[in-house]
Amino acid sequence: MKVGTKTLKEGFAKMQKGGVIMDVVTPQQAKIAEKAGAVAVMALHAVPSDIRAKGGVARMADPAVVEKIMKTVTIPVMAKVRIGHFAEAQILEELGVDMIDESEVLTPADEEFHIDKKRFTVPFVCGARNLGEALRRINEGAAMIRTKGEPGTGDVVEAVRHVRQVNREIAELVSFKKHRGMLRSKAEEYAVPFELVQETATRGRLPVVNFAAGGIATPADASLMMQFGVDGIFVGSGVFKSSSPEKYARAIVEAARSYDKPAVLLKCSKGLGDAMPGIDSKKMPDSQKMQLRSH
Amino acid sequence: MKVGVIAFQGAVSEHMQMIDSLLGKGSGVAVRSAEELERVSAVIIPGGESTTIGKLMRSSGVFRKLKELGDSSFPIWGTCAGMIMLAREGDAQVERTGELLGLMDMRVKRNAFGRQRESFEEELEVAGIGRCHCVFIRAPAVERIYGRCRALAHFGRYIVAAEQGNLLATAFHPELSGDSRFHRYFISKVDKSIFLNR
Repeated sequence: MKVGTKTLKEGFAKMQKGGVIMDVVTPQQAKIAEKAGAVAVMALHAVPSDIRAKGGVARMADPAVVEKIMKTVTIPVMAKVRIGHFAEAQILEELGVDMIDESEVLTPADEEFHIDKKRFTVPFVCGARNLGEALRRINEGAAMIRTKGEPGTGDVVEAVRHVRQVNREIAELVSFKKHRGMLRSKAEEYAVPFELVQETATRGRLPVVNFAAGGIATPADASLMMQFGVDGIFVGSGVFKSSSPEKYARAIVEAARSYDKPAVLLKCSKGLGDAMPGIDSKKMPDSQKMQLRSH
Repeated sequence: MKVGVIAFQGAVSEHMQMIDSLLGKGSGVAVRSAEELERVSAVIIPGGESTTIGKLMRSSGVFRKLKELGDSSFPIWGTCAGMIMLAREGDAQVERTGELLGLMDMRVKRNAFGRQRESFEEELEVAGIGRCHCVFIRAPAVERIYGRCRALAHFGRYIVAAEQGNLLATAFHPELSGDSRFHRYFISKVDKSIFLNR
């Protein structure tokens, strides 16, 4: 019997495809997310917009709270650790969370190295702004990638930028498919093994499941990202910072499924009340941008 | 022959690729409505989150139509979450999944082996197929069968593959292990089915 294999880790991510994963801070919120049809929840001590507002050092959530959430819902429970903080990851693995998000939403613990994710049994998801970042994380053992976007803003523009960037760079690799030399120099540029670049070029997509995250606040945002070809959606502050979380949660799940059906999108976008209050990410100084926290 | 894959959520493309590789490109078809069910000769319910898949099957009308078809010898195969959907009954966690199709005479247990950390790969003997490399991901298992349901594979005290005439259920994921024998086995059921030339 084998556990913690690449197949099992990447297979777990595949089971999430087409779904919506929601940030929650309490068991009650987790219940609302599950009832609305979320495929998994991300347990946090505060949603990204509150982390942003509060400032200071953001760390892994209290394992007691994560544990309560695990006992409350039957869907998978994920939790975040600081970039490079493998001790936080060891604690969450011991607790038994289903996936760990090595996340720029928390304050990075290591400015040089990410976690060596291959050493863990539990699968990891990591953020990326471009193909190089995505492939470096996959090479470190990430079983799933998500766009970074700009967390906690409710502004989808950065997620769009990141998914477009990844798509553009994959298209470039595909055009190099028959030129080993070009692929080799790309592998060098991205600082990843040639085989990983070659696999991406052959498949014409990231070799692991790829979700959108960071600034998704409405059903229309979810549809937009799905139409760019991502496999699913992470919603951070978008659900529980809106005026009616139940309605938003249900509507975003419906939008992820019917992303290509405007009639359904129209219906589920109506009368939702106020979306989360947003921040224009263009007006934000770089020092406040979470997406710049790793590369 | 077109084989539908219930395409609300989960490992949909992996099943479609398997079907396409065996029957030719375009043979695996995504099914998201009752109308789309009319145009396929068989259906696979993939792995994913059973709560989500069940909810979307019910709200789309696929659930009612599939229940009707399953009762009239239409071939259906459920993997993982799909196995749960096919069962007649389940444990307390399954109860929370909502109404099941109830087509197979079996009682299932959700997350029978534990959480993702306990997910595993194992070589198992499967009746009618042989030795298979099986991938279990937060897998359910069958606690008990009765009536016309027949066990195809066991692991520990559980049944992990079962069959009931036109219906097939596996707790593991043949679409992830690159072994097409299960898909061939399912297709052989369709070959004998009255729905073959739909």
